[in-house]
Amino acid sequence: MDYLRPDSLEQALAAAAGGARVLAGGTDLYPLAGPRLKGPVMDLAALPGITGIAEGPEGLRIGACTSWTAIAEASLPPATRALQQAALQVGGRQVQNAGTIGGNLCNASPAADGVPPLLVLGAKVELASATGTRLLALEDFLLGPRRVDLRPGELLAAVLLPRAGLAGVSAFGKLGARAHLVISIASAAVRLEVSGGRIEAAAVAVGACSPVPRRLPSVEAALCGPVEGAAARVDPAAVAAALAPIDDVRASAAYRLRAAAELVRRAVEAAL
Amino acid sequence: MIRFRLNGKEVAAEAPPAERLSLTLRERLGKTGTKVGCDAGDCGACTVLVDGWATCACLTPLARVEGREVTTVEAETPVLTRLRAAFLAEGAAQCGICTPGMLMAAAELLERRPQPDEAMVRQALGGVLCRCTGYARIVAAVVAAGQGVAAPEAPAAGRAVGAALPRLDGAAKVAGDLFGDDVVPAGALVVKAIRSPHPHAAFRLGDLAGFAARPGVAAVFTAADIPGRNAFSVIPPFADQPAIAASPARFRGECVALVAFEPGAETDLSDFPVEWHPLPALHSPAEAEAEDAPLIHPNRPGNLLIEGRVRRGDAAAALAASAHVVEGSFATAFVEHAYIEPEAGAAWLEGDTLVIRACTQAPGMDREETAAILGLPVDRLRIIPSAVGGGFGSKLDVSLQPLIGLVALKTGRPARMAYTRGESMASTTKRHPAGMRGRIGCDATGRITGMEFEGRFDTGAYSSWGPTVANRVPVHVSGPYRTPAIHARARAVHTHGPVSGAFRGFGVPQAALWQEVLYDRLAGKAGIDRLEFRILNALRDGDTSPTGNALQAVGIGPCLEALRPSWRRGLAWAQEGKGRGIGVASCWYGCGNTALPNPSTIRIGITHAGEVVLHQGATDIGQGSNTVIPQIAADALGLPVGALRLVGPDTALTPDAGKTSASRQTYVTGRAAQKAALALRAAVLRLANAGEGSVLTPAPGRLLVTEGTIRREIDLRALPADPRGYALSAEESYDPPTRPLDADGQGIPYAVYGYGAQLVELEVDPALGTVRLHRITAAHDLGRVINPLLARGQIEGGIAQGIGMALMEEYLPGRTENLHDYLIPTTGDVPPIDPILIEIPDPEGPFGAKGLGEHVLIPTAPAILNAIRHATGAEIARTPALPHRILAAMEGRE
Repeated sequence: MDYLRPDSLEQALAAAAGGARVLAGGTDLYPLAGPRLKGPVMDLAALPGITGIAEGPEGLRIGACTSWTAIAEASLPPATRALQQAALQVGGRQVQNAGTIGGNLCNASPAADGVPPLLVLGAKVELASATGTRLLALEDFLLGPRRVDLRPGELLAAVLLPRAGLAGVSAFGKLGARAHLVISIASAAVRLEVSGGRIEAAAVAVGACSPVPRRLPSVEAALCGPVEGAAARVDPAAVAAALAPIDDVRASAAYRLRAAAELVRRAVEAAL
Repeated sequence: MIRFRLNGKEVAAEAPPAERLSLTLRERLGKTGTKVGCDAGDCGACTVLVDGWATCACLTPLARVEGREVTTVEAETPVLTRLRAAFLAEGAAQCGICTPGMLMAAAELLERRPQPDEAMVRQALGGVLCRCTGYARIVAAVVAAGQGVAAPEAPAAGRAVGAALPRLDGAAKVAGDLFGDDVVPAGALVVKAIRSPHPHAAFRLGDLAGFAARPGVAAVFTAADIPGRNAFSVIPPFADQPAIAASPARFRGECVALVAFEPGAETDLSDFPVEWHPLPALHSPAEAEAEDAPLIHPNRPGNLLIEGRVRRGDAAAALAASAHVVEGSFATAFVEHAYIEPEAGAAWLEGDTLVIRACTQAPGMDREETAAILGLPVDRLRIIPSAVGGGFGSKLDVSLQPLIGLVALKTGRPARMAYTRGESMASTTKRHPAGMRGRIGCDATGRITGMEFEGRFDTGAYSSWGPTVANRVPVHVSGPYRTPAIHARARAVHTHGPVSGAFRGFGVPQAALWQEVLYDRLAGKAGIDRLEFRILNALRDGDTSPTGNALQAVGIGPCLEALRPSWRRGLAWAQEGKGRGIGVASCWYGCGNTALPNPSTIRIGITHAGEVVLHQGATDIGQGSNTVIPQIAADALGLPVGALRLVGPDTALTPDAGKTSASRQTYVTGRAAQKAALALRAAVLRLANAGEGSVLTPAPGRLLVTEGTIRREIDLRALPADPRGYALSAEESYDPPTRPLDADGQGIPYAVYGYGAQLVELEVDPALGTVRLHRITAAHDLGRVINPLLARGQIEGGIAQGIGMALMEEYLPGRTENLHDYLIPTTGDVPPIDPILIEIPDPEGPFGAKGLGEHVLIPTAPAILNAIRHATGAEIARTPALPHRILAAMEGRE
């Protein structure tokens, strides 16, 4: 059988162990498929619990096959605004309707728009296998361009947003050479916890400027302090020091570094 | 067996579960309204609704829709009915290839938000690319569909010219028209090409017989199988491009072999027996013109295809005597046409006639070139143009016609072929990259004194339209300004790059980038407002062009003057905010071939049954000749446009109306239609012995001719059939009266020019170098506006392509061969556009009409760059002006 549609996790894990390619939204798999998508392919859509957003004591659990549209249209806390803004900028409407958060992560593009907002939320990934479930920080899951820490027989089942990361406000911004359907030249997400006119905690992540999107701890540290003048405390040199962009058809590396700093600054302003 | 509901009906498909839904719909369920533009989710043409959600059918596994409801453009729903009516009324469909995707994306929105505003519509349609319209009419149509649409009224007899008549072929466009891949003869072999992965490579073919003997493979063909002359060019004396190359391949994407697969077979080419031996490649004209550069074609020394020249007066002396002189250079990139329909078609034999139905802009040229390649007399080849999903110049050259023709001819079986997006981008023509430099001077009062220009155009591996570009550029490089002394040269130089050919403007848009940017600097030196500088220098009636001919019906002055109020408003707007700027640029463009014959012929007949038939051979690639030509014919004949039945284009049914190129159809074919209609009318009046003002009324078997109170009747059934099989008919040709250019480019290159000027208002982000277009005002002189709705569509669509050329488009072989790395504007990238239609009638044009199709693109990019300079001081000397390049220029780093 070339096309599997498991309806239980056991079946899915067995198929995964057998080496079937995982089909989530199809928006990355089909473009590379040539005239025909060759199997064996495992379509996750029928798996219980693989789609949808659930709230639990630990935080939010987003099923790996939850679409970007579902994320954009869900009623979620303000800290996830960056994620919801990114959800409306992944491809066009058609790709948002089909494309999934789990697929975006497993595809591991340096420019994946979903990643910076998830990094600032402190997201974890839930990896299921026949031997149990492994929880991994998103930073540790993403290894490099098109490389993730997914062991043979493992499936990305869900993205977890721990309660601690769901505090505060956030914003996402991306820069491309056109308005829609565009791969980011650079992107940035910022989450800020504000209390009494002070930024008590900050999380900043930048995409498309390093092999995988990165958190920027030194920039985060500098942001903590008075709300007043926060954006001005984003030091371009500190942003640049944390990143390692490349020159490509979309932009030069030097430009990406400057754009990243500017996007972070603007995301700070937008979040506040 | 996978079952689902399709447009309200239960259907079942016996197909692999992972099959793309787009393929199942089109190939197994006969629903060809869903179009395939990229197979990658980049273009949205295949958008369908799955349980109401807009989805790219090319990214959807068939198994995913099991038990669900799939809605395609073939559905009849109240929302789709409203949308279709609105699309027609607003002129939202041009070529129609993106229309199904647009309709379905809009349907999803309207089902959720019955009365969306413009911003919502732009967001919802952001995932569907359109290359023709510039999106404005589409967005307006979706907004209107939410508000309820009023159907426009049909114009009365004699009132068609000037009426905003919706496209006569529009109903098919909003239903999902039949393009190149949409009509497939039963049992057709599926043809695939083996293409060079290298810009220059020798190759050796291995065991072809062994490959041909594989299951599912019907036959393999190579250059050795070409029965005729394996060399073609749109300009026959330059014929140099093989349909299938023998070693070496001279550009990446060149076809070196064909495999014909049995229908339904796996089309796997991965181990086709070919061995590649990459050879050193010439990547740029500079490399190709180096002293020791190898020759790409042994008969073209210096790798020079051709040089075009215009010399009038003593430019060097004029510049030396000028009060102000500016000097500058400009470089442009390969630009891809990026029509949403990749090349596709089918071929079959009818008796001993080979029939090829494919997308094309030039059925007559296809017929001649393909017949020569296949060694057939032209009367054994029939070309039926399919609906064309965008062309913009590239579908003037043959692509797959000789390939499918060869397979059908050799196997005796029908054959079909559809290029993949990557194949289409790699193997078909591009806009010439240009390296341009020179000087322009003016006197102390700001009057232009002279110009020197040298342009080098990368014409790629084969000739295509390189000669036309090299000849058009020097003729147009002055822009529509009085230039007493000029010395302009343009060389088309071969490289191992993609074949550069025709793309909306034949090199003139590139030249305009050089000249209009320099004119801004010259105006600055002379201390004159940039718009007033252009008005001061604008060509006027009776002025002599750089090619030495006196001009008539010159519309540039009125176009520029019409921009004055917007210019004043724009200057004030620019002063109100940081980073704002405005820019202006002009165009002029000769309609039709440059100093070469290019006749069109139109036939109109009245059948014995009383039907009036217009044989309309001008291919409508979205620009509107299926509507404009009937409008002209109807008014000249004195009948309502609805009384005409259209036939063609089809080389078996329509006389040659030439190619859809060079902004010539409205003017040249329109004039032929006018002549044919007047001749037929005269014949009718003669027969009825009636006077000029008589009213014609067709009726079954009769033609009524009413003159005041006198009523005469022609009994059509009593008339003998004329040689064309009609009771009455007329066929007339028109060829623009031009005169060849001499060695200094002096002569009459064109009989009619069109003119235009555009004003761009924009903001540049000071930190990111990104451009936000605020508004574009476009004044164009059409001579006579035949159809304001279609004219507006041409203007908005041409501007969108100009925006792409200015800000984002750069084709890099092997790197941007898809629609996510090669960016064209989306719904969010085109600002509001205000067209101003000017009418300075040209005595040569039908009802005074001039061409428009290419003019609309030419001023946009230079006006954008001029506005960027106004906003920031940045002088951009290279397109596309990507954000990082703008930022570098703002900081003086580029």
